[in-house]
Amino acid sequence: MNRSEFPDPFEQARQTDGVSTIDDQNDPVTMVLGLKNVRKCAHQWQKFQSGAEAGRIVVPSEVNIRDTRQIPFEVDPPDHGDYRAVVEPWFKRPLEPAYQAQLSDIIGSLIDDVIQQDRVEVVEEFALCLQSRALTLLLNTPFAESDTWISWGTHVFRSEDSALDASKANILYDYIDQQIERAAANPTDDLYSVLLNSDFQGRKLTKEEVKGVMILTFAGGRDTVINAVTNTIAYFAEHPESLRYIQQHPENTGKAVEELVRYFSPLTHMGRVVTEDSQVCQHAAKADSRISLCWASANRDETVFDSPNEVKLDRKVNPHVAFGFSHHNCLGATHARQILQILLTQLAAKVARIDIHDCQENIEDWQQFQRKVGFHSLNVTFTGN
Amino acid sequence: MAKITFITPDNESVTLEAEQGSVMELAVSNNIAGIDGDCGGVCSCATCHVHVAPEDVAKVGAASEIEQDMLELDDNANEYSRLCCQIEISEQLDGVTLTVAG
Ligand code: HEM
Ligand code: FES
Repeated sequence: MNRSEFPDPFEQARQTDGVSTIDDQNDPVTMVLGLKNVRKCAHQWQKFQSGAEAGRIVVPSEVNIRDTRQIPFEVDPPDHGDYRAVVEPWFKRPLEPAYQAQLSDIIGSLIDDVIQQDRVEVVEEFALCLQSRALTLLLNTPFAESDTWISWGTHVFRSEDSALDASKANILYDYIDQQIERAAANPTDDLYSVLLNSDFQGRKLTKEEVKGVMILTFAGGRDTVINAVTNTIAYFAEHPESLRYIQQHPENTGKAVEELVRYFSPLTHMGRVVTEDSQVCQHAAKADSRISLCWASANRDETVFDSPNEVKLDRKVNPHVAFGFSHHNCLGATHARQILQILLTQLAAKVARIDIHDCQENIEDWQQFQRKVGFHSLNVTFTGN
Repeated sequence: MAKITFITPDNESVTLEAEQGSVMELAVSNNIAGIDGDCGGVCSCATCHVHVAPEDVAKVGAASEIEQDMLELDDNANEYSRLCCQIEISEQLDGVTLTVAG
């Protein structure tokens, strides 16, 4: 009963110091651990900026492997708001009934498939397929594109041997360049074409800007969704009663999704560059050093959440920051939430039980903190209702 | 039954009636502009921010500490701010006016 447990490695440091510094390629990062401080720092974009050198706010830093600025992620207000205004309506499409119906078909037929199989490796054969196929809806591209994305495997940016693998990132960058050229020559109603034709501050977005948005859409929505989906399967395998609870209380599906996202916190933390000598939790943060906003730690803050290490699917007040907070809150959250809501609904309707055979945990190594974020592999059998 | 009036960002006034649920749910199911309710009402997204008419503050009541912490970092917040997913509909709310903070 512990494969779906995700321990909180930050508890002690959060309670004693509220911050903790790790090294990253000689550009150390002071992780901010408590919920209130994480929110405050996320809000204070003038002091803690995102628009630093491209790649620097990511941990591990990507400054040596890319030059393209990710948009709107690595831009500060006021330009940030203008970029968000361009992309936001598009990223709200998952609220449309037609989008949800198509997503239900994608997820429903995938569940039907895995019920037929004796044994399923959830990360590659379920979560990656689900994430890739769902992304065709968000991008409004042909369904067949998902086969290409699935063939890239789970780690477009990361591989087992080295955390930062430039050659894998190049596969994605080359693919996106080709797609932008294709859309420029023959516009359709997909996201590339819509972006190329968007007005930003009285001009069209450049190809480099479109690339910056598309890279982020692929990268930001890949591991996060795959981990959220895989961990959800592990959770229901060990808590069949929760699956029946969702079936009997469909009105609580939304709350259950928020609670699972809080508990799993698929994105552990994200950096900011300090613009002036500052203080975080009585700790000096020097100009041009880095801090990070540790969403995963904030989401277990015992001063805010009661029984923070327990999954309570009907948790009513749940001010988590799994999707970030303030200016840069997750643009893909509407899509991610729909995926998870439909996944829960369909699992409850179609699946009687899930049995785990074996698994290999994915433990992130942040030096003094070892954090389980998901699985490298999870072998299960799905049994239909 | 409670009648609740929303003033939208375009200054449109919409009056709705309901018996139960949260004010956010009422607004979202009636497509009130500026109330998105992204987190489904668990106090994590602040996309359900309203300003309560000063004369209705007593009827609506005060924000909890967790809600206040969310509002504190919202640039549009003032002393009349509430996250309306945290306001339960009851008879007591009858006649209140809420301006969408947007
Ligand atoms: C469960 C899944 C997901 C989680 C937990 C998650 C988490 C986050 C977090 C914590 C941030 C804030 C980063 C910061 O403040 O620097 C963020 C931003 C962002 N996410 Fe997600 N994300 C998820 C899914 C997605 C998906 C599916 C997409 C798109 C396909 C996406 C696209 C983005 C973008 C574009 C931003 C930057 C927004 C901005 O800077 O204004 N995310 N995400
Ligand atoms: S709906 Fe998210 S805070 Fe009210």
